[in-house]
Amino acid sequence: MNLLTIAVRSIKQRFLSSTLTMISMALGVGLVVAVLAIFGIVQKSFNANATLGYNMVIGAKGGKLQLVLNSVYYLSEPIENIPYDYYLEFQNQEVREKQYSGSYSYKAVQHQQAARATLLASGLGVTSPAGIVAALAANAIVEQHHEHLYPWKREGKYSAFTDFAIPLCLGDYVGPYRVVGTTPDMFSLLKYGPKGDQDYQLDGNGRNFDYFTEENGFFEALVGSVVAEDRGLKVGDTINPSHGSTEGDAHATKFVVVGILESTGTPNDRAVFINMEGFYRMSDHAKPLENEDDVYGTNQIAHKITDADYILPVEKREITAMLVRMDPLYSIGIENQVNEGNVAQAVFPITEIRRLLDYFVSPVQTLLLVLTVLICFMSGVSILVSIYNSMSDRRSEIAVLRALGARRGTVYNIVLLESMVLSLVGGLMGIIGGHGLIAAFSGVIENQTGVQIGFFELAPPLPFPVLNSISSEFLVIPCLVLLAIIVGFIPATSAYKTDVSKSLGK
Amino acid sequence: MLEILDLKKSFPQPDGERLAILDIPEFRVDAGEQVVLLGRSGGGKTTLLHGISGITRIDSGEIRFMDQELTRFSESMWDRFRASNIGYVFQTFNLLPAFTALENVLLGMSFAKDVPDHKYANWLLKRVGLGHRLDHKPDQMSVGEQQRVAVARALANRPRLLLADEPTANIDPANQQGIVSLIKEACEESNIGLILVTHAMEVASQFDRIDYLENINLVAAEATASMSAVEGEGYES
Repeated sequence: MNLLTIAVRSIKQRFLSSTLTMISMALGVGLVVAVLAIFGIVQKSFNANATLGYNMVIGAKGGKLQLVLNSVYYLSEPIENIPYDYYLEFQNQEVREKQYSGSYSYKAVQHQQAARATLLASGLGVTSPAGIVAALAANAIVEQHHEHLYPWKREGKYSAFTDFAIPLCLGDYVGPYRVVGTTPDMFSLLKYGPKGDQDYQLDGNGRNFDYFTEENGFFEALVGSVVAEDRGLKVGDTINPSHGSTEGDAHATKFVVVGILESTGTPNDRAVFINMEGFYRMSDHAKPLENEDDVYGTNQIAHKITDADYILPVEKREITAMLVRMDPLYSIGIENQVNEGNVAQAVFPITEIRRLLDYFVSPVQTLLLVLTVLICFMSGVSILVSIYNSMSDRRSEIAVLRALGARRGTVYNIVLLESMVLSLVGGLMGIIGGHGLIAAFSGVIENQTGVQIGFFELAPPLPFPVLNSISSEFLVIPCLVLLAIIVGFIPATSAYKTDVSKSLGK
Repeated sequence: MLEILDLKKSFPQPDGERLAILDIPEFRVDAGEQVVLLGRSGGGKTTLLHGISGITRIDSGEIRFMDQELTRFSESMWDRFRASNIGYVFQTFNLLPAFTALENVLLGMSFAKDVPDHKYANWLLKRVGLGHRLDHKPDQMSVGEQQRVAVARALANRPRLLLADEPTANIDPANQQGIVSLIKEACEESNIGLILVTHAMEVASQFDRIDYLENINLVAAEATASMSAVEGEGYES
């Protein structure tokens, strides 16, 4: 009969006490596993956003972290807005000209050119050939001189280094979820995933929203998977964003849901995306200007602001932030350039997220881990108490074993084995329970974070040297053995020191 | 086979003095010899058995057994020697409650052999009349049956010496004789030396050799004389 059998029998003999002790250990280890799983979820969630698909966020000056939180994670309040023409500095001439074509300055120049043309035409009829030539030459010189002054006639300042820049207009909500005014580029150019190579997919018969459609005008929306599930939204439904906060008044403008995003594990699952043109056309969204004309002025309801051919003036547009992908070679220089100016700030979101993890999330995780390890240690102490309390009852049994020829070391090992069996069985119960708990909540976790986690999912390695190559759960077992040895030491020593003659009785 | 010379054992008292319990100039038991040990309560009989088995260290003297001087043994050597060569039957049986009858016997083998002999353990339990109780735990057996298991366990390693410390004291009179006969016969069958401590005169009277532990020394006594002496000092009969 081996020592393990003897130890197990002894445990079974004290069934209730042993079971309670193991449950206590199971709860402790279950908590450790759960905390390690949280490590994993945070890590995976971070990895899922590790590339983001863009490498720079540009927004109003203020806190860098706040800019990242509200433009990447749609958390926290937006700082301020930046002018639309700053966004256009990241666009090529063609886009710029199109966007500026609705602007007051563009129209003013057009008026000016028309007036000059009229003046020129009237002058041509009354002057001499030399005068005609002089008038044409003067007009050409004026045109040439003005050319570089028109912003729509040149490339954006940063466009040569920019792959794309996606504008974000924040401020409205659907229930607790952020409404993001943006362009269709958000889902046609942006990719996601650990390698940044996955396209956004839409459920069923959905599609990306368009700049303008005959059916819905500027008012189309895409809904993130979590929002769709939570709010019961489907393609064809309409939404009325509420203004300014979750409790704000709902806008009268309705947006038609044209697509539901498949779950991506990114913050985009928890947001509603509407056409930026529609965003501006909601009441109080376009920037009011002084001395606006009545046709396309502040009194928007009175005008054909929703007409397909109406381009909202650049002067009336602002954006909260823009997501920019640019050549990394130039990104640091451009970041400096943007930050040195007094209009906007540029941040590298990954750096900020990493900083957030390092300075806040990781310490909290470590604290949690320390707390749960302490709980485990308390469970270990309960094993110590359980075995130690049983020692007075078992002293005669130990004496009998000794009388039968067991050496001191043998009874020491038996008690130590009991401690190990209690720790390991309790620990395994905890590991299974912890994984069961994770599996039970896997649906909720996936909805909230996009991280898919199952019963057999092992926690990631801990971010410490040496330990960072194996799953942290593999450390639980040796830690339990160590704990068992530590807590088993006192009762085992007591068994070792048992005075056989006194304890044997008759 | 067993030879004790100048054995002395004392225990410390609260006042710092030491109380002498045993002072035995000479004591011998031959192979297969059966000896009954009588004496008043607290007279040192159990201490003597503990001393012989190495459970208690003696203060001085020599204990030779099977041509080996046990008193020179380290504790662990003595543990191993005890496991292999000395069987012990207790007054309170001292069976382990978590184990069945068979397992209690196997447990007796565990510390002497690497692989316990299941067949022999089975045979032993059949020998003591418990072939039908192999899988019963102590609390499922009568006291008489428990002591039979204890006897089987003591014999499990084919010892050369059996120490029985009042083996019938907790057993009803009807079963006492059965236990004594069992121990005697088992020892005779295997030529095992026996030292049996008892207060029961009807038990002692069944043995040819009776020694009396008197004033910390052992003295040999004629059976009839010692019986009357014991009765005169008010021992149980």
